[in-house]
Amino acid sequence: MTDAAQPSAPVTVRFNTPRRALSLHREMAQVWDDEPGLRGILSSVNHGTIGRRFMITAFVFFAIGGVLSMLIRAQLATRDGAFLDTALYNQVFTMHGSIMMFLFAIPMLEGLALWLLPKILGARDMAFPRLSAFGYWCYLIGGTVIVLSLVAGVAPDGGWFMYVPLADATHTPGINADVWLLGVTFVEISAMAAAVEITVTILRVRAPGMPLSRMPLIGWYLLGTSVMMLVGFPPLILGSILLEVERAFDLPFFDVARGGDPLLWQHLFWLFGHPEVYIIFLPAAGALSTIIPVLSGRPILGYGAIVAAIIGLVFLSFGLWVHHMFTVGIPHMALAFFSAASVLVAVPTAVQIFAWIGTMWRGQVQFRLPMLYIMGFFSTFVMGGLTGVMLAIVPFNWQAHDTAFVTAHLHYVLIGGFVFPMMAAVTWWMPLLSGRWRVRGLGEAAFWLIFIGFHGTFFLMHLTGLLGMPRRIAVYPDNPEWEWLNLTSSIFGMVMSAGFALYAFDIVMQALFGRRSWRNPWKAATLDWALPLPAPSYNIASLPGSMGGRALDTADAILPLARGEGFLPGAPRGQRETLVVTAGSGTPVHVAVLPGNTTLPLVTSLAVGSFFAMMLSGLYLLTPIAIAAILWAGWRWGDIMGRADDSDPVAVTDDLMLPQHFMQRETLSLTGVRLLLVAGATLFASLLFGVGFLTVVAPGWPAPPGSLSGTPVMIAMAVALTGMVVALLAAHRVETVRVHAAARSWALLGLAANLMALIALAGLAACLDDPTAHARDALRVVMLGHAAVYGVTATVLAARSWRDAATGRLGALRFGAVPAWRLFQGFWLVTAGLSVVLVVAQEVL
Amino acid sequence: MLSRPRHLNRLVPALAIGVLTGCGGPLSTLAPAGPAAREIAFLWYVMLLGGTAITVLVMGLIAMALRRRPADDSDARAERVWIHGWGLGFSAVVLTALLATGIVIGERMLARDDGAPRVQAIAMQWGWQFAQPGPDGNPVTTDGILYVPAGQDFEIAIEARDVIHSFWVPQLGGKMDAIPGRVNLHRLRADAPGRYEGLCAEFCGIGHSDMRFEVVAYDPAAPLPPFLSADDPQDAAAAQPDPVQPQPDPASSQPDPAPETTR
Repeated sequence: MTDAAQPSAPVTVRFNTPRRALSLHREMAQVWDDEPGLRGILSSVNHGTIGRRFMITAFVFFAIGGVLSMLIRAQLATRDGAFLDTALYNQVFTMHGSIMMFLFAIPMLEGLALWLLPKILGARDMAFPRLSAFGYWCYLIGGTVIVLSLVAGVAPDGGWFMYVPLADATHTPGINADVWLLGVTFVEISAMAAAVEITVTILRVRAPGMPLSRMPLIGWYLLGTSVMMLVGFPPLILGSILLEVERAFDLPFFDVARGGDPLLWQHLFWLFGHPEVYIIFLPAAGALSTIIPVLSGRPILGYGAIVAAIIGLVFLSFGLWVHHMFTVGIPHMALAFFSAASVLVAVPTAVQIFAWIGTMWRGQVQFRLPMLYIMGFFSTFVMGGLTGVMLAIVPFNWQAHDTAFVTAHLHYVLIGGFVFPMMAAVTWWMPLLSGRWRVRGLGEAAFWLIFIGFHGTFFLMHLTGLLGMPRRIAVYPDNPEWEWLNLTSSIFGMVMSAGFALYAFDIVMQALFGRRSWRNPWKAATLDWALPLPAPSYNIASLPGSMGGRALDTADAILPLARGEGFLPGAPRGQRETLVVTAGSGTPVHVAVLPGNTTLPLVTSLAVGSFFAMMLSGLYLLTPIAIAAILWAGWRWGDIMGRADDSDPVAVTDDLMLPQHFMQRETLSLTGVRLLLVAGATLFASLLFGVGFLTVVAPGWPAPPGSLSGTPVMIAMAVALTGMVVALLAAHRVETVRVHAAARSWALLGLAANLMALIALAGLAACLDDPTAHARDALRVVMLGHAAVYGVTATVLAARSWRDAATGRLGALRFGAVPAWRLFQGFWLVTAGLSVVLVVAQEVL
Repeated sequence: MLSRPRHLNRLVPALAIGVLTGCGGPLSTLAPAGPAAREIAFLWYVMLLGGTAITVLVMGLIAMALRRRPADDSDARAERVWIHGWGLGFSAVVLTALLATGIVIGERMLARDDGAPRVQAIAMQWGWQFAQPGPDGNPVTTDGILYVPAGQDFEIAIEARDVIHSFWVPQLGGKMDAIPGRVNLHRLRADAPGRYEGLCAEFCGIGHSDMRFEVVAYDPAAPLPPFLSADDPQDAAAAQPDPVQPQPDPASSQPDPAPETTR
């Protein structure tokens, strides 16, 4: 529970009667293991399997992105490079950036979080195992489609930032941009899934007696990451939807001639794009804060200060997106504000850097392989941070923006701040992952190749940029002064690639041929090392934790925990179970019964994928089939969440009985729904920002007078809102009277009211002005579509609640889908109400 | 659409010198030819020095941390030194000083509508069209070459016809984006008569690599040079100053090249 690296005194306390470790292992493996063979591949929902898959898949995409980067370097090695034609070159650099960001960095950190969190927090799985698997399949399918588009020669070619108007249907007529918009959005579903479940897991699925204020620092880092993902991705998702709708249906959001504004895209993109950098950096810093204290033999210096720094970074990182837009012609006052925020964000980063140095200073550093990669981090990231501060200074940014200087800076930050720490993390956790120790020498050789190759490639690139070389040019026939710099970068780039290949080889060799590692090889105190090696599917036979003065909460408790002396030993009910605690203090409150192996996540991702495939191929009329398939799959997800009879409390220890989650209102799922709605609220806020931005800033306003007034419109709005209110009251009633037969009638009333509201929305849609005429009307279509999406969701949940009432799945302590229905219903009402207010305001003012 | 200014070939010997000195070149921000570029280059050298010093300092601390034997100071004292001292204090002081400098320098470079001569730049896929006041005060339109008086500030009204581009003359100063639907004002000055190269800095499609242009700064006291486009066959004449001004065709002149910024 502490970050202390020193093993504490031998553990003698115990909660439960010890049993034979081997029979416990068999009992648990029976319940937790993946199914054998192909079916196991398709049906696994285990966080260990899914996390590993995420990381391996991410590394494959990293290799593909790396090959693309070598193509770029080959093209730029000489000034008249004829290696790629310009059209292909544009695809290659667009794909390099997009793959590294969306298919490598984010999934890599998701994979590490999924794999590691339950282990280091002392649990058996993530909060939503099926969601992990669903996210993985979305990622794999979406990523594969994006990469295959390159093979087919129709890869995105508008830069990874997809600026409009270049990426609109006029200037990029093919499906290249659609591949990006749809593919990346599909992949982002996995990011949102991961964000929700990482947050819920950290808040509620920890070892008993592990308060938030004393959990391992990486928990704080990943909490910061996942909260940023929840809030950071929705603007990008909204932007992608708007741009795809503009491309597919000619609704003008970014077309300046019809009331749109290309700068709206830039704002939405960088509202995501800058927090993205910290989303990537925080998990890496979490790994550093985990490894450095152990290898220094000293607890981390300034735990509280680091937590404060993380929280500071989370907030600040949302206030500096405009520093990507210093040259778009924004007033200098605003630039100064964002410049200050961009500079300020260096302070919490500096706090962490000096906390790490201070920890090493006070301890005795063991120079083992992960430490070598950490040295690579320090010597790269510090420089990247400093050039970042330089770029935050407005006048310098005006010169350096969009030059090779920025290319150099961002690689110093991302390779220094993410790749080096991730390599340290992988080498650190490989014994737990594979059960094996590394092969001597390979890792060191890989490190030096990467280190020398990296600095050889990117150090001089700062100068290349200052000599005026812009980004994303394919040839520079008139600038011989850039040639030796580029040639040097290209040569060292190849060295770096060789290093990464050797690194991959080292990891494969360790997994296959390394000698068996002994337990807790680094002498760490965190709970991940209280597991047998390699980590079994169920992680740990009995859960670690502390309660009532007894504690089995360090890596030293490995034997008692394996003998079942900890919490919730074995799998006596033949179910996958883990403990749920209160968010703050970590008091155990109930036992979550987790789903077992199922192909439902795969089926659901295929249903969602079919929707994206129909959008991509322009078969818009067929999309209702895909939507129906998604709803059907979603319905199936609810099946295991409740039951028709009361379950008895189960024994967590000899003297502690806790209820199963069926008998709770505050389930993990309900927390998950709340967080999902936080993301939904961010998306809606981004939409409101878009409406406000276009109304106030875009050149083509005020819009020509619309016809959206008159009695039919007013009636439709009133009917819709009334239906939503009635259904919300009905949902409330259903929960109140859930033990009575009346619950069924109330649920039916809510369902009917929702259907009425949906019909009114459809009627409203018929009244709208031609949405291709002006951005105002296009945005109204989006607001209506937004209301329809939540309306359908709330209606499905109402139907689910009605079914729960009809089949006896509601009881004194059993709530079925009703709490989730109430949340969605309320969210629908509030957002639809705000939309109505906005439209009325537009018409009246 | 745009052909590269031909005279570039003549610059090759000059470039060789630039390569030898390391910081030269016709597009180098480190070979400034105007006050904005010069101030930014100075800012760069200051930041380079400061950045180098901080890197050496941090690396030195790490090297010492690796060599030192464990310290047995109290946690409170260690937090004071490392978190409050280095992490907060040191970084805040350095960053505040830098930020203030940046804001002051940036303020000096802004367009400020004080009657400085104004020219117009229109970016399109893939080329530049400029309009500048001719000898009789009427605007003259050229392709690929912008004519401005040397030794005084001028303002450029930058527009885009199709997608986003960016106007950049590295030796004179920072860049400014050309965005459809907007007019962005930018202020530059060339110290001395001469030719300065410019390019599009924002990725704009297939022709992005070739979207170059040139700024010719002329001596305002001397007779005006002929305002020629980059692919104009009379370009060679520009090498020998001709006392006879070729009269620009009024029909081809653009409307008033001094619109107000939209917002």
